[in-house]
Amino acid sequence: MGSLASAGGHVDDLIVTAQQAGPIPLNASFRCAPGELLALVGPSGSGKTTLLRTIAGLYQPQQGSVRCAGREWFLAQSGQRHSLPPQARQIGMVFQDYALFPHLTALQNVQLAMGHLPRAQRFEQAAQWLSKVRLQGLEARYPSELSGGQRQRVALARALAREPQALLLDEPFSAVDQVTRRRLQRELALLRQQISIPIILVTHDLEEATALADQICVLHNGVSLQQGTPEALFRKPTSPLVARLLDRHNVFSGEVVETDAGRRLQWGEWWLEVAEGLDRVEPGKPLAWYLPPSDIVLHRRGRPSQGERENPVAATVSEMVVLGGMTSISLRVSHGDMLRFDIATHAAKRNQLSLGERVHVSLLAEGIHLMPSQRTHTASHNKRNLL
Amino acid sequence: MDWSAFSVSLRLAAFTCLFLLPLGIWWGRVLATTQFRGKGLCEALIALPLVLPPTVLGFYLLQQFGRDAPLGGTWAALTGGGLNFTFSGILLASLIANLPFAIQPIQRAFEHVPANLREAAWCSGLSPWQTLWRIELPLVWQGILSAAALTFAHTLGEFGVILLVGGAIDGETRTLSIAIYDRVQAFDEQGAASMSALLLVISLATLGLVYGLAGKRRWSRG
Repeated sequence: MGSLASAGGHVDDLIVTAQQAGPIPLNASFRCAPGELLALVGPSGSGKTTLLRTIAGLYQPQQGSVRCAGREWFLAQSGQRHSLPPQARQIGMVFQDYALFPHLTALQNVQLAMGHLPRAQRFEQAAQWLSKVRLQGLEARYPSELSGGQRQRVALARALAREPQALLLDEPFSAVDQVTRRRLQRELALLRQQISIPIILVTHDLEEATALADQICVLHNGVSLQQGTPEALFRKPTSPLVARLLDRHNVFSGEVVETDAGRRLQWGEWWLEVAEGLDRVEPGKPLAWYLPPSDIVLHRRGRPSQGERENPVAATVSEMVVLGGMTSISLRVSHGDMLRFDIATHAAKRNQLSLGERVHVSLLAEGIHLMPSQRTHTASHNKRNLL
Repeated sequence: MDWSAFSVSLRLAAFTCLFLLPLGIWWGRVLATTQFRGKGLCEALIALPLVLPPTVLGFYLLQQFGRDAPLGGTWAALTGGGLNFTFSGILLASLIANLPFAIQPIQRAFEHVPANLREAAWCSGLSPWQTLWRIELPLVWQGILSAAALTFAHTLGEFGVILLVGGAIDGETRTLSIAIYDRVQAFDEQGAASMSALLLVISLATLGLVYGLAGKRRWSRG
């Protein structure tokens, strides 16, 4: 569903670019295929909502373009400028606080968005939309008489009732409690199977983005840093900054060296094998590298096994945090860097891991991902991680 | 009871409401939803009649209404009549004196409409006019009603400005509140009492209507 279209790009895709120096700096571009869900993630102030409003026609950047379903909704480039008003863009928008009309019932809220249908059909259609979001029986309620989750559903029904060509969701789950959030997320995932339009989800919740999105676009200070599948982003962030924004640990700096056995990544006293990318880097050049926690393998005590010959590293256990079934382990290597990974709590117990203990791990060559060095960003974001 | 004065008062109040409310809706909305240079000055000018002694306002209007003044001269050129000591003159004075009563309640009401409701309406396909009629006006009608009631009641009670620009010409510019003053001056206490009672009842009824209707909205609960 949509994955074919996204592979090469398609005329029906929603394609957005936006550039301006101020007042809200923007330098972003992303695309989303019909049926696909793209999550815009980033810290607050990263421009996520501004970009969503740009798609809706509620905001016009100085330069950029918005194309959807082959139509140009907005264009401001090299002297050209035209912009369709929100009414003409056929978008369904769910606002952060839902923006339901307080003087209209749930049904009337949905009916209002059906201006494209003959008046006689609106009542029945609106009732159908409400039952699709499981609100049958609550049609006559006013928003003030509905719970947060129910209001969110009305807002979603109203957005879809317009039969939009793009669905825009601005932090739609932020105003409800955890239990309701899980349920609404599940319902959105189910509902998605019935609609084949691009869906843009603005969120600062990485877990939510990972669970719901086909694609994630990482934003920082109005700049789109990387777009890709959650899997690709989490394994291969394009820069240390992206890695930090995605809350990844195990980002280090190193250097490429020539050894008798071939090129290696020098990290402190260790020469690490890397499966891919070393040949593209000049020796002697500093670079950053990242290793997903799943690619750190803890050697079992006194029982060396296959695969443990791969990049073996000795380290000291400096922190153990038990979070339910998983334990987060931090290891300090001799030159001071910290490796962090999770293992099952029972496995930590079985290995009798304890603070200050000397252990060995393998850093799987397949997982090591090389990135251009960005010392300044790294320094500023280390601070954030410490908080 | 001076029925002729009562009729002048009612006509004056009705016309003042009729002319001021559309202006109040327009300006109230502009002031509530847009930012522009000089907005503070604009709001101060609108509020000025609240604090300015009515005689001061009346004095300036009297000067402006003369045929030699730009306003009075233009009016005379357009209509052939004068403004001082005419119904048109006290109506114009009343429109100015009531600006804060007509605009401020509506402005406050528009300020309470969240900006994203307008945006949600646009995103739902409603034109700006449809948004005004179907979303904004239903949400601010209470403010409009307050403005209407306050303007109406205040016009009935207006004294200083009307006396200065209108005098007390029977059937033309003598309003109920001026008639009361006349009766008191003439030691006709009973006449003054009945007219005062009438004004009291009308004012109370108007305000009672506003506050009574205010609570009757199912959707505003919770």
